[in-house]
Amino acid sequence: MQLKANLLGKSFSFKDVKEVLAKANEEKSGDKLAGLVAGSDLERVAAKTVLSDLLISDLYEHPAVPYDIDDVTRLIIDGTDTAVYNRIKSWSMAELRAFLLDSQTAEADIKEISKGLTAEVIAGVCKLMGNLDLILAANKLRVTATCNTTIGERGTLATRLQPNHTTDSVEGVTASLFEGLSYGCGDALIGLNPVNDTVSSLAEILKRFDAVKQEFGIPTQICVLGHITTQIAALKQGAPMDMIFQSIAGSQKGNEAFGFGIDTVREAADLLRQKGTAKGPNVLYFETGQGSELSSDAHFGSDQVVMEARCYGFAKAFAPFMVNTVVGFIGPEYLYDSKQVIRAGLEDHFMGKLTGIPMGCDCCYTNHMLADQNDIENLAVLLASCGVNYIIGVPAGDDVMLNYQTNAYHDAAAIREVLGLRPIRAFDAWLERMGLSENGKLTKLAGDPTFFLKGGKR
Amino acid sequence: MVDEKLVDAIVAAILEEMNKAAPQDTDPPKHDTRQDTILQEMQSTTSARVGVGRNGSRLRADTYLNFRADHAAAKDAVWLDVPQQILDDLSLQTVQTLCQDKNEFLTRPDLGRRLASESLDVIKKLNPRPCDVLVYFADGLSGKAIAANAPDMLPILLDGLRQQGLSCGKPFFVKYGRVAAQEQIAETVGATVVCTLIGERPGLGSPESMSAYITYHAKMGMPEAGRTVVSNIYAGGIPTVEAGAYLAELIGQIHAAKASGVNFNRA
Repeated sequence: MQLKANLLGKSFSFKDVKEVLAKANEEKSGDKLAGLVAGSDLERVAAKTVLSDLLISDLYEHPAVPYDIDDVTRLIIDGTDTAVYNRIKSWSMAELRAFLLDSQTAEADIKEISKGLTAEVIAGVCKLMGNLDLILAANKLRVTATCNTTIGERGTLATRLQPNHTTDSVEGVTASLFEGLSYGCGDALIGLNPVNDTVSSLAEILKRFDAVKQEFGIPTQICVLGHITTQIAALKQGAPMDMIFQSIAGSQKGNEAFGFGIDTVREAADLLRQKGTAKGPNVLYFETGQGSELSSDAHFGSDQVVMEARCYGFAKAFAPFMVNTVVGFIGPEYLYDSKQVIRAGLEDHFMGKLTGIPMGCDCCYTNHMLADQNDIENLAVLLASCGVNYIIGVPAGDDVMLNYQTNAYHDAAAIREVLGLRPIRAFDAWLERMGLSENGKLTKLAGDPTFFLKGGKR
Repeated sequence: MVDEKLVDAIVAAILEEMNKAAPQDTDPPKHDTRQDTILQEMQSTTSARVGVGRNGSRLRADTYLNFRADHAAAKDAVWLDVPQQILDDLSLQTVQTLCQDKNEFLTRPDLGRRLASESLDVIKKLNPRPCDVLVYFADGLSGKAIAANAPDMLPILLDGLRQQGLSCGKPFFVKYGRVAAQEQIAETVGATVVCTLIGERPGLGSPESMSAYITYHAKMGMPEAGRTVVSNIYAGGIPTVEAGAYLAELIGQIHAAKASGVNFNRA
């Protein structure tokens, strides 16, 4: 294993695989905060150069966190197909990159190889790719999953309708829900981030979601994103629930900081199969985001792209219905500006798909970042162009509860129009039955939340 | 297909909410009168931008410009300093954390939690003796929050504390300050209870929102759960004057209970 490179007359050497991976990362403020960033642009490229010659086995054998002390590493290693791995382990990272981008390499070929890739390998190849490389490779892949409906089919762009409210007022949430539905949002999920993480509050909102879903016959999924333990308790008490949500991290320590473990996720999935309101089989929802491990000092000296890839490896073990990176939520100390956010969004989407999970993206920013609505509209279009499963929708882009901005309810309709995409098939047919869309375009009736109070189509 | 009862129930509940809530000052999209009324009823139930209408599949110009104005105000809250005049009027001397500028403050939370020894000397000179309660301000992520709330907050809070017989330290202003600077500051002064009034990360609708972080016997390395937090202090949340009176009472209780954060909740 060669950890040295000469570049433009300068020589660079790195002490281990972890350092090569970290310094090969595109510039991120979070890696700087962690003290892992390359000292110069040239050193960054030198690290990429070293990385390109490393073998898949070099990365496989050096997981970010040792197997013995970390259950995320164990899930990933134990879930790797040994026969596939043995076939490709002597490929260099540059060869893996070439394979992914080769015009002759089809979706099925990548999906086969993907069974032999660990998170560190997936993160590694990502660091050798430019933004258009990430888009091209991701576009070859579609990952579908089925809860009540099937997400991720080619030609679709779905949305999570996020009707958040400052006090969880059921009527306020419903007003936002009707607004979103009237724009054709909500095919991936109707999902609220609650202010009050209590069983009774979760149950109250879920009952309303379920009632609306039943009354209007909406083919979709519902969830209230409390802590996983609160959702389990609500489900045990009989609250209607299609899916259970949890934020996840790329190390056991990070997940412990989130207050759950593998057993909690297994309990949630088992319980949903008995008592949940969905057909399944995919009944879990995970959120991630670069930098969350560092914020709980659970990154083990690894950069945030590697730790993010490990989240996806963890997620895959539980066959979720949806996973999204909340790419710009964490703040400028991890992703400084729109350039870093857009890069991270493309990286996360690519890595998630290569891992084999149904990947969406919350294209978002906070008000203390150097980013604005234009930037996340750009990111949403880029991701939709390479087949992201879903984006988020909130009223006019402003989430009044989480105090950040993401895509507007309007955006999915606009992007579908521009790129010729449709909602999830069953939901698309429902929109047409309701008279809200025709041939994939919003009708005159669309964009009016009072439509649902008047009982639908007139 | 549609259950009339559910729809009626929703309409009734929305009407009830509307009677409770303040009217919205934004115009609904143009519809017939009856529809306008129903729409206003819905809008009254949430501060979210619902019923905004559309131009094709895009926002209308007024919705777009309102959004842009609110984002501009939120960014100003983050990037603009607290006006010196406001600090002078309240006799708040400024000390700075280890951050050299706003950019470093935003990207290096570790530096925003520490003060250099010269800054600690200034604080010590202002507060030569230990006190029961030390109240101070920090800009955090919204200088606007301090500018908007400090003048009304400080006299009410200090009066309320003194009325309970508590000795109060001399307040000051920490520039580029994060919440967790309070441990170092409280230890330096020897404050039994420390209350940091700090600008929150601004949302579009609340660029002036301030939080209070109150800690009993703050010590370096203490868990985050050791702090008691009161957030949403601004005109649209807990109004400043009301919050000042409430905080004085709460700090008195924390001082008496000798506990804050989760330990105070259990007490």
